[in-house]
Amino acid sequence: MAVTPATSHLSYSLSYFWYQLRRSPMMLLGLVLIVLMCLAALLAPLLTAHDPNAIDLGNRLLPPSAAHFFGTDEVGRDLFSRVLYGARQSIGVGIFVAFVASAIGSVIGCFSGVIGRSVDRIIMRTMDIVLSVPSLVLTMALAAALGPSLFNAMIAITIVRIPYYVRLARGQTLSIREMAYVQAATTFGAGRSHIVRWHVLRNALPPVIVQMTLDIGNAILMAAALGFIGLGAQQPTAEWGAMIASGRNFLLDQWWYSTFPGVAILVTAIGFNLVGDGVRDMLDPKQKVK
Amino acid sequence: MTPNSQSNTARHVAAPAAQQDTIPPVLDIADLHIEFPIYRGAVRALNGVTIRVQQGEIVGVVGESGSGKSVTAMMSMRLIPQHSYVVRKGSIHKSGKNILAASEKQMRQIRGSDMAMIFQEPMTALNPTMRVGRQITDVVSTHTALSPKQARERAISLLREMHIADPEQVFDAYPFELSGGMRQRIMIALAFSCEPSLLIADEPTTALDVTVQKQVLMLLRERAKKTGTAILLITHDMAVVSQFCERIYVMYAGSVVEQGAAADVINRPAHPYTRGLLGALPENARPGAPLLAISGQVPNLADLPAGCAFRNRCRLQGDACSRVPPLLPLTSAADAPGHAAACWMTVREQHDA
Repeated sequence: MAVTPATSHLSYSLSYFWYQLRRSPMMLLGLVLIVLMCLAALLAPLLTAHDPNAIDLGNRLLPPSAAHFFGTDEVGRDLFSRVLYGARQSIGVGIFVAFVASAIGSVIGCFSGVIGRSVDRIIMRTMDIVLSVPSLVLTMALAAALGPSLFNAMIAITIVRIPYYVRLARGQTLSIREMAYVQAATTFGAGRSHIVRWHVLRNALPPVIVQMTLDIGNAILMAAALGFIGLGAQQPTAEWGAMIASGRNFLLDQWWYSTFPGVAILVTAIGFNLVGDGVRDMLDPKQKVK
Repeated sequence: MTPNSQSNTARHVAAPAAQQDTIPPVLDIADLHIEFPIYRGAVRALNGVTIRVQQGEIVGVVGESGSGKSVTAMMSMRLIPQHSYVVRKGSIHKSGKNILAASEKQMRQIRGSDMAMIFQEPMTALNPTMRVGRQITDVVSTHTALSPKQARERAISLLREMHIADPEQVFDAYPFELSGGMRQRIMIALAFSCEPSLLIADEPTTALDVTVQKQVLMLLRERAKKTGTAILLITHDMAVVSQFCERIYVMYAGSVVEQGAAADVINRPAHPYTRGLLGALPENARPGAPLLAISGQVPNLADLPAGCAFRNRCRLQGDACSRVPPLLPLTSAADAPGHAAACWMTVREQHDA
């Protein structure tokens, strides 16, 4: 059949997605890791027996045991609870940064590419300036200027990630702008905003989505780094980076304190990166042929 | 950039319907000179092109690559970025409206509703990420006040008029699900969606295979006759032009070198270039004999030789050819009104005869 009825598009997409997934075990692994971490974050109250912020000075720095799977910290808080609740912060930051930065960045990039000339030059040179500063240094400076808190760290990371999306979307726009369908839309009287909305943005999306999935892991690492140097989440918020930082003092004798949040960061970042790679292979059929 | 419609319209000797001045022509390109500035010079893409399309007429523009056909088509819709070209002389009027002086906003209203365009590549002229139906209703609702539901009905009836058997299903299909011929039909449906008075078809059948070509052309003509739409068909295919068009303009190196009714130009070509084009048709070759070709190449438009642009490839060279030949009516003009050619040699030959 040349024409598939509209109703079957969704189920077709799902079965195609599953077909692709079976062919790339690494992506499947990444997806499993992400799903596990997300479940842990969502179901944290059900999975843990202890309040993540409950101080119990009688049980300080206990090693992992049946009562405290990951042990306890220097004020007796259950590390297992704190790691699970910490997943909420980290994954939340990752997803927020990827969505907000890509939305803002690709809209700016598309308009920059479509309008062209001096507007394009001003926008792109501004982005070049932002990109010329090492991203961690800039994030730290922004976070410090905004004041240390998880939310401000999130905003800082978002701002620093925007130029990557602007460049990506602009590059896509420059090639899409020359496509016959954009010209055809012009001959049918479409205005500039209609063309950006319906023709350019849509077709520029695949690489942006790939960049987004890869960026979630990146943003999680960045937020942890900011937490580690004290510019991100503040005590007593359970956040992986901050937990590693305070566990550092006990690293020689109480290895579990820093290790479990570290493993959590590792697993989540790997999960999102594997999925990002898999999504890229899916959305770019040209690369798949090996 | 100031359009100058007065100069040289006298050269446009005998457009057949020039007398019916009560209704302005659907498309009136008068003595258009266009240049694209380049480093230390300019590409003279159009050098005095005069093309007139009357209401409901099907007009062909023929010529090889680089003869200025596509620039003419693009300029008529003003699709070339405005800072990239210079209008040296001439004007373009669409049903009396000055296209060269219109604002971008006015152009957006004219495009789609008053004039539409069909492209060579139906594969790439539709947005791959949008359903076909949505692409049609978008155009319909840009130019009319129809509700989404009415727009949908209009789109489906347009598809049905294109002889698409299952318009509801095609409405919900993505372009990649359809064949080239189907996509070109959808482009035609799109072009006719707001009943424009002029349709510019830029090599609409080049990318299609021959059996589909004919269907698409017949469909195009049928719709045009039904809605009273004029068609300006840009092509390099002489066979298509001879079957499809009522009048023909032959272009070479940015100028019209011959014009007239299709039958006159095809049966009694006057310009050596037109003769060469017709002689080069594989259909006219004897089986087994080598195909004829016009020797030489199109002159560099950035560095046009003085005099007749076809001079270096022409077998009939004379002293007169060092001057640019005007479009002169042929002596046989009595029985072939409007037939004119820009050649010193052949026109005089006919005058003498």
